[in-house]
Order: sequence, then C-alpha cells, then structure tokens
Amino acid sequence: MPVPCAIVGSGNIGTDLMYKLLRSDVLDLRAVVGIDPESEGLRRAREHGLVGTPEGVDWLFGDDADGIAVVFEATSAWVHRQNAPRYAEAGIRAIDLTPAKLGPAVVPTVNLDEHLDAPNVNMITCGGQATTPIVAAVRSVTDVPYAEIVSTVASKSAGPGTRQNIDEFTKTTSSCLVEVGGADHGKAIMILNPAEPPILMRNTVFCALPEGYDADAVSDAILAMEKAVAAYVPGYHLTSPPVFDEGPFATPGGPAAARVITLIEVEGAADYFPPYAGNLDIMTAAATQVGEAVARHLMEVPA
Amino acid sequence: MSAVFRLTDSTLRDGSHALSHQFTVDQVRAVVRGLDAAGVPVIEVSHGDGLGGSSFNYGFSGTDEMHLLAAAVDEAEHAKIAVLLLPGIGIKEDLIRAHAVGATVARIATHCTEADISQQHISLAKELGMEAVGFLMMSHMTPPEALLEEAKKMESYGADCVYVVDSAGAMTIDDARRRVATLKDRLTCQVGIHAHNNLSLAVANSLAALEEGVDQVDGCTTGLGAGAGNCPTEVLVAACERSGYQTGVEPMSLVDVADDVVRPLKPTQGVIDGDGLMLGYAGVYGSFLLHARRAAERHGVDSKEILLELGRRQVVGGQEDMIIDVAVELERRAAEAQASQL
Repeated sequence: MPVPCAIVGSGNIGTDLMYKLLRSDVLDLRAVVGIDPESEGLRRAREHGLVGTPEGVDWLFGDDADGIAVVFEATSAWVHRQNAPRYAEAGIRAIDLTPAKLGPAVVPTVNLDEHLDAPNVNMITCGGQATTPIVAAVRSVTDVPYAEIVSTVASKSAGPGTRQNIDEFTKTTSSCLVEVGGADHGKAIMILNPAEPPILMRNTVFCALPEGYDADAVSDAILAMEKAVAAYVPGYHLTSPPVFDEGPFATPGGPAAARVITLIEVEGAADYFPPYAGNLDIMTAAATQVGEAVARHLMEVPA
Repeated sequence: MSAVFRLTDSTLRDGSHALSHQFTVDQVRAVVRGLDAAGVPVIEVSHGDGLGGSSFNYGFSGTDEMHLLAAAVDEAEHAKIAVLLLPGIGIKEDLIRAHAVGATVARIATHCTEADISQQHISLAKELGMEAVGFLMMSHMTPPEALLEEAKKMESYGADCVYVVDSAGAMTIDDARRRVATLKDRLTCQVGIHAHNNLSLAVANSLAALEEGVDQVDGCTTGLGAGAGNCPTEVLVAACERSGYQTGVEPMSLVDVADDVVRPLKPTQGVIDGDGLMLGYAGVYGSFLLHARRAAERHGVDSKEILLELGRRQVVGGQEDMIIDVAVELERRAAEAQASQL
C-alpha cells in the first residue's frame, strides 16, 4: 500500500512538488494544506482530486487527515520550527524543504539511506542539492581539503524568503559541503542574476586537490555523479568536462596542489515552474526521492 | 572652508582587485597614514569583493582582511574606516567581526535590481551603531526610475546614503548625471557616486554628479582598482578645487601619497588598454579583468572575446565563475573550427 502523505504550503514549491508526488507509486498524496482560500496551489490540488484545505496545519491533526504518515514542509523556516514538534508528537515524518535544518541534511545521491528512521530530515538548499553530490564524488576518490560553490539563479526564481535570508542559504549550504559532501572546509556563494530572458540555474563547484591526486579518477567520479543526479533531475548537466588547474592555491583548508572545477547547468522539468527555475525543480525532485525512500522503508518495516 | 561632499578613498578595497588581493599590513599602514594626513575622511579596507570575498572564485587574500582592517584602524587618527559587504558572499558574522575590529562605516552592495537582499545587513549595521551605505552595483544596467525604486528600498532599511555604482565603468556623463539627479530628487538620505575609468570618464562623471548635488564621492589613489581603474582620488580633488568644489582634502599631500606610496604598487595603473576598454564598452563588471586574462592564458583564447561574450550573457558582479565557462566554450569552439578544416 502506498504511504499516505501531505504537502504543507501551497505556494510555488508546494505546487511543483504536488505534480511530482502525483506520479509516485509509493507515496499516496492526499492533501495540500495552505492558509489562503484563494491560493492557486489549493485550487490546483482540488482539481487533481486532492484535499486542498486553507485550514492550515491544524487540518493535519483532525479526523479527516487520519493515516497521513509523511508531510513535506514547503512553508518557511520560521513556520517549520512551529510545526515540527507537532508532527513529531503525532508520529508524522517530516521532509523539510525550508532552511530550518532541524533534522539531518539529506542529498539523495550521497546519503539517502542514512536517515530513513529520522523523524525530520532537511533538504538544505537548491545550491546544496546541486553541488554537494559533486563534492562527495571527488571525496570518494581523494581528500578534499576545501570545497567552494557558486550558485547563480534567475532573480525571478528567488522568492522573498530567500532574499530576506540570504545568509541562511550561504551558511546552510557551506555546512552541507562539509557534513554531507565530506570536504574539510566549505564556502558557498549565492548570486542573483536579473537577465531577461531569465538564465538557467548555474552552479560552479571548486574542489581543492591534494598532491598526487588521480585526475582520471576524479573526472570519472564527477561524470558518474552527473548521471546519478540526472536520473531524478533530467535537466542537470555539466557544460564542459571537469576543468583541472594546477596550483598551488592557498585555501582555507591549507595549501592545495590543484583544483578541479565543475560547471553545472540545471534546467527545470517545468512541472509547474518555467524551465529556468532549475533551482526550484532540484529541490522538489530531491524531496520526492527522499519521500519515496522513506515510504519504501515504512512499507518494509511493520509499524 | 568645509567640504561640499564627503570623499571616500577605496584604494585598500577596490585597489585590492588590481593587486589580486595581496595587500600587506605594511602597505595598508602606509596608505592609511598618507590619506589620513591629507584629510581624507573615509578609507575603505576589505577584500576587493567585500568581507568574506577570499575564495577560489575571486582570489584568496594574501593577508587576512581582519588583520588589514585592524592595521588601518590603528593607523587612522581622523579618518573613519569603512568596509564593503556583498550579501551572498559575506555574511552578518563578517560585519560583526569588522565592527569589533573598529570599522564604523558599512557599505552593503547588491546588484542594481536586487536591493532587497541587503535588508538584513543594513539593519545589522544600524543595530551595531555603524553608518550604513547602500551600494547599487552595475547601475548602468537599469534605468534611473528603476534604480530609484531599489534605492528607496535601501533607504527604507535604514541606509544613510545610497550610491550609484558604475562597476563596469560603462556610464556616459549623461547616464551618471540622470541617475544621480533622479536619486537626489526623490530620496531623503544622501546620494553617492562610485565611478570607474574604463571609458576615461570617471572624473567627468563624478563632476557631473557634483553638479547634481551628490553628497559622497569615491576615489582610489592613482585610480588603483578593478578594470582600468577607479576615479583617481588625487585627480578628482585637483579637478574639484579648480571647479570651485571644496573638498576638505589637501591636494598636494594626496599627490605625494599617489606618487610615493601607491604608484609603486602598480606603475602601469592609469593605462586603459584593450581589455580595460572592453569592460566599459561591453558593460562588464570591472573585477573580471585579471581573471579573464588568466583564463585566456590557460585556455589559449583571446581575453577580449571572453569579456565581450560575458557582456552578451548579461553576467553580473560576482559571476567570475562564468569567465571559466566562457573560456572553455571558446576553446572548444576554436578546436571544432580547426577540426572542421582538416
């Protein structure tokens, strides 16, 4: 039996996620929960035969919501901090798409299976989802004393939450490069580009390399990871083969012999957002992967 | 005679680009000593891309910027020490540290259409008791009325002054004048101008801004700065004196600082070569210059072609990674063209 689930938050992220979850074989999406009766997201949910309620998160704890085992939080960090204890008390698993980071960070291609029993997991940021896999790939064949990423998104695809909390993005992403990616030190930079027509999401990953690194092994690992991410984010691709520059470089992780640069473009699947918003697509696609893994796990383990 | 505008010298911040972020404590002390003695009221010290800019993407600092800042604070007897911060690159903790070291002016920079990412940082500067300056980079890319809307946001967050920043040195005299006039007309807070010299118009644009009543003007001694350089402080001051604008700064002392302290750091400063001109012509962020040259050399392509392509792609400040992307693409295109001839 597919696992019943709901989305909390009927904005852009919640709506895009809805289209992805509706295609799932292991998740049974039943409701989209919002607070605005006029919400376009709720209207679309009802159109697809789901409950589209403006009652807010309280709905989840009423009789109509019986059986919901997984929620996807697509509100804001502040709201998730209010909601998370209530989910935990009700035994509902939370997959958090806000930067609240109450639970462990999960990046599907890196540590999908590590936190299947965690009551709350965090999807970090779009930049974190796009770049951490590359750092982890390089780390799988050599030490990475320092990793740095530059994530550039179209201005139109960055909502007010991101704009008012840009420090949260850079700090959460930096820590993910270390905690999940395996780099010794991490730095994240975020840029908004207002060009018209809007640019596709761009990510550049710099990994410091120690003396004696094997360029072929590093390159193969990166290219294999590109395929692994593209399996669930079809528009994820490198714009060129990895670029190696000989140093030395005086990085925060100590002197590095060389660096490898991975240039990534992410075109969105356009489930709801326009294709330029690859940053939003990669978040909802990753959350879907994590949700499905949790669902399969719940189906295996008797309650 | 009191000055009709406030001068900020950014040699130790924008000039950091020209030296690939390798300023030493001794150099900082010498520059601050000279500028302070000449009466320059504000001196900016930071990595070229602002606090936290030390990185692969922008270049690692030779000396931790907090050490440079501490040396500047220690050396300055009268001048205020300013720092730059670009939200998305630097974070609030960087500003808190800079304030603790003794910086009293926080300049918060965003792309000219993205002022709303500066709210947290401008608010923090005010909470810390610092003067807050909003810095609208690449102002040539948006029309005066749209720039005004962004400037109003910064003013509403608490900015004491909002700058028209010509990061690409792409503004004509009319471009600069109209933007400054529009902001002066509709803002209550002060207005500043930060000019670059890629089209050889930095001093002229600053004088045009003064005619429109601009309150703050930036310069860099000898013009040391990103791209073909900034508005040269000593030239600006001399031209102002001749135009009848009191600066409050001693022109001859500045000439000495320029010749004796700053020019030896980069004797070719002031030359507008092809790459420098391309920045102004294509409207590309000035600090891309040296990165484009390095990428051109690594990938065997023409740096001018890189800069023109970046202009076509409408990249903005901070997107130095796209220089590599473009260089790799040009290299590939050249290889394909060669292969098709075989």
